[in-house]
Amino acid sequence: MDVTIVDYKSGNISSVINSFKEVAKDKVNIEVTSDLNKIKSSDKVVLPGQGSFKSCIDGLNSINGLIDTLSEFALNNKKPLLGICVGLQMFADVGYEEVETKGLGWISGKVSKIDNQNGKYKLPHIGWNQINIVKESKIFKDIENNSHMYFVHSYEFIPNDKSVIAATTDYSSNIVCTVEKENLFGTQFHPEKSDKTGLKIIDNFINL
Amino acid sequence: MLKNRIIPCLDVKNGRVVKGINFVDLKDAGDPVEQAKIYSDGGADEICFLDITASNENRDTIYEVVEKTSKKCFVPLTVGGGVRSIDDINKLLNCGADKVSINTAAVQNSKVVEDSSRKFGSQCIVVAIDAKRKDDGWEIFTHGGRNPTGINALEFASKMENCGAGELLVTSMDKDGTQSGYDIELMQKISSMINIPVIASGGVGTLDHLVDGIKSGASAVLAASIFHYGTYSVNEVKQYLASKDIPVRI
Repeated sequence: MDVTIVDYKSGNISSVINSFKEVAKDKVNIEVTSDLNKIKSSDKVVLPGQGSFKSCIDGLNSINGLIDTLSEFALNNKKPLLGICVGLQMFADVGYEEVETKGLGWISGKVSKIDNQNGKYKLPHIGWNQINIVKESKIFKDIENNSHMYFVHSYEFIPNDKSVIAATTDYSSNIVCTVEKENLFGTQFHPEKSDKTGLKIIDNFINL
Repeated sequence: MLKNRIIPCLDVKNGRVVKGINFVDLKDAGDPVEQAKIYSDGGADEICFLDITASNENRDTIYEVVEKTSKKCFVPLTVGGGVRSIDDINKLLNCGADKVSINTAAVQNSKVVEDSSRKFGSQCIVVAIDAKRKDDGWEIFTHGGRNPTGINALEFASKMENCGAGELLVTSMDKDGTQSGYDIELMQKISSMINIPVIASGGVGTLDHLVDGIKSGASAVLAASIFHYGTYSVNEVKQYLASKDIPVRI
């Protein structure tokens, strides 16, 4: 099996690569690429994302045909795709970081700044927070409710259809931290930095 | 709910840990990779490497250390010391660091903070502030605490927040190495003034010092000696904090 981590020169993906390789061992081939043919032929795709919503969208757009290839993979061929952090946020129709930016529109919704309640909550939301599992998800196999995951973000994904929400985390309000819609998976937290429980989520995705 | 982070810090010089953990079962007491792994297995919420390599020729050793550590530790890794430019930051991130802490360069040219947080995201830019009491305030120092700057620490903290820093690592130079506790007043003043997380550093000697650090408003506490000398394990620290109703990840 081939799992492809999309490299679109946006942010630091070494940790994502290291964690997937750790979990995959020799069983699964982990490819890190922006090559459209390799993405097309792979079994699963991971879309990481760091920095701002706009810089990530710009990064995807800077590679000719990448967005079309990813959309075909995820929407037409319905193969499993995992978005991490801004990788998840980009599923939305629109993001409001820096400037209003059009997203991929795969899961209807928007990405807005977390309400810090006039400074009561520090931003970015950095550190280990517990997830509240609200829906069975394939990537939560053997993951206990209230497990700790590592977060670092200032913006949150607000989907229109609440049924896609698989888990939330409590910070200022109930922030959506995992979504599952058919073959689309996304985590706001960083499984690659969430120790053993995070690696288990990666393992679950690889074994889908 | 969001937990307070416990961050053990390792001083690394020429690729080796200077002050190591006094654990008997360590194969190589000077290997930063092995020590970082012990911390992360023990429940550290984040690992911090401070590169105190004096000469530029030996700088590359830290990249190797970071690269090896990031293949074994799956908790956030912060690296500081000698970070001067966007290029330095880029190299560290490519080696597997999750955050980079900038000290002297941030003071000399705040544009480094602005540019790097725009380029890499503020989540990976930590500004380290070394502050010392002066008159009725605090003055910041650069070059590992050697050079006074005349700059007021509170004003600088606010400026760094505006430049896009994701976190501030605040070290009290008066307290560092004394094991007499954090400079609580400094931590309180900075935490209440800015809206980004503060990591308290400098002076931890007892478990209650960590409790006081969190109560001062810091989001995370960094400590070196108490872990280095094996006085407490990360797990013991967390159990104690939990017994004092401080939210920690156990």
